[in-house]
Amino acid sequence: MAIKKFITGNFYDEAVLFPAVKKVRRAGYKVHDVYTPFPIHGLDKELGMKDTDLHIAGFIYGITGTTTAISFIGWALALDWQINFGGKPFFSLPAWIPIMFELTVLFSAVGMVLTFCWLCQLAPFVKKDHFNPRSTDDTFVMAIECTDKTNEEEAIAFLKNAGAQDVQAQSRETGWWFGRYDRETVQFGKKVAAV
Amino acid sequence: MSTSTTEKFIPAKRYNTIAVALMVIGVIAAISLFVTTGGEGNHDNRARFWASLLQNSVYFLLVVNAAMFFMCATTLAWGGWQIGFTRVTEAIASCVPVIGVIALAILLALCFGDHHTIYHWTDAEHVAHDPVLEHKSGFLSKGFFAIVTVLTVVLWSFLGWKMRQLSLKTDEGDIVSTLERKKKFVWNNTVMAALYIVVFALTVMSSIPWLWVMSIDAHWYSTMFSWYNFASTFVAGLSLIALYVVFLKNNGYLPSVNKEHLHDLGKFIFAFSIFWTYLWFAQFMLIWYANIPEETIYFKPRAEGIYSAIFWMMLIINFVAPLLIFMSKDSKRNYTIVTVVSVLVIFGHWLDYFQMVFPAVSPDKVPMILFDMGIGLGFIGIIMYVTGKTLSKYPLTARNHPFVKEAVIHHT
Repeated sequence: MAIKKFITGNFYDEAVLFPAVKKVRRAGYKVHDVYTPFPIHGLDKELGMKDTDLHIAGFIYGITGTTTAISFIGWALALDWQINFGGKPFFSLPAWIPIMFELTVLFSAVGMVLTFCWLCQLAPFVKKDHFNPRSTDDTFVMAIECTDKTNEEEAIAFLKNAGAQDVQAQSRETGWWFGRYDRETVQFGKKVAAV
Repeated sequence: MSTSTTEKFIPAKRYNTIAVALMVIGVIAAISLFVTTGGEGNHDNRARFWASLLQNSVYFLLVVNAAMFFMCATTLAWGGWQIGFTRVTEAIASCVPVIGVIALAILLALCFGDHHTIYHWTDAEHVAHDPVLEHKSGFLSKGFFAIVTVLTVVLWSFLGWKMRQLSLKTDEGDIVSTLERKKKFVWNNTVMAALYIVVFALTVMSSIPWLWVMSIDAHWYSTMFSWYNFASTFVAGLSLIALYVVFLKNNGYLPSVNKEHLHDLGKFIFAFSIFWTYLWFAQFMLIWYANIPEETIYFKPRAEGIYSAIFWMMLIINFVAPLLIFMSKDSKRNYTIVTVVSVLVIFGHWLDYFQMVFPAVSPDKVPMILFDMGIGLGFIGIIMYVTGKTLSKYPLTARNHPFVKEAVIHHT
């Protein structure tokens, strides 16, 4: 997989980060992402990120659950093996609604969690790599993606100027699915053996 | 158009004209209903007239009272976002004393009137031959009914008035000028809200709808009936707040309220519509499943009898419509969609009350619903008039409230 270059910088304050994002984007740099230890309201909008479609997936999983429940119970109790429960009709919808509800919730919840993991490339035994480990602690880390037209020196200077600290150029492999990266990839300044 | 925070609502001439016109419609509907069915008619006809008054007054009283509940609940939760439109909530809640007096008059007339048309348990002779009602006579008695009803309406009005005064006093700025005073204000506000919630929990959430609505079917009972009524009127109350917020925004008021606030109101309407359905279903399914005659008799005329069209229609309006329309984020931030859903929900829960009251009163035929709608419009006129009057008296933004900054920067 392709190796890309990134310029990363640390921000210590939201009040510095927001104008910096604006400046960097206006200057035409491509912000790969901003890594923060906690969600920051409005940052997604500032980064120009598209709203997630996760909830549409959730809706589809939900109605799949409802349909599964009603079609299976309906087939089992009203068509295949009719049992008389206290004189109730074979097709007794009110009694099934709790199960339809449960399956709706179950399908949408499990489906959305799995979809979320897929979208964020999270799974057991997947190694995730940080541009700067402090993004899990107390600083906001912005990563600018370098294209072949980007002048690295200029980008570093620009980011420093925008208020970032520890600005550095790093190389990363783009896809990190199931934790495979090349032997040459340098992580946190150390060589990492391939998995 | 000016958008300062000290601005007051100036009702357009048309606004008051519409309000008065609606009240006139209400009075005409009530009079024509009385003339055609009320006065000299037989027992059932008279019941039909009074049932209409009962349904509308109780429903709209609980709806405007739900606005005060919303305010107190969010206050207790230390919410900040609702402060942006708190004057709207307060103005709607200021209808409680007015509609409360009307409802009180109707309820007491029903209780002490000599015709026993709706509340059969008020007829002493009838109760003497009815072991079930005799057994319940401690609860379903004229004295208890009257005392609890009067006490309830007075407490709602008084505590709501106190809550509103606390909020209005912040406009002078004196009582929230220092941090210490702000803390004291928040504390006072919390205590008052807690008192109101306790009264609310003991009335709407647990006992009052038993007396006012459920005792029409005096033999039947459901322990969750009051809780169900609370959910019903709370959704409608939230919709009323949303309608007023949209109305004021469209007329250029409420500069600090934006789509974020409307989004949260929409979430409330969405969530409590589902909550209402949950309660409706819990009540229905247990009775359906147990299949005990003295319980199923309540749902027989409603779900299967002549009222079934109204019964199932209101379920679609109150559950399926908000669920599907309000599911997406964009629809909760769209003024037009919020307006449509709010009107639908208020009408849907009005229908809910219609089917709670009338099957017992008029079991043989569904009464002409247009009369009831007319009287309902009259109550909407009263709400419009009183709310508009209160809104025009005070600034629309509680600009000195300690939490106002949270409301302004609110982000869902």
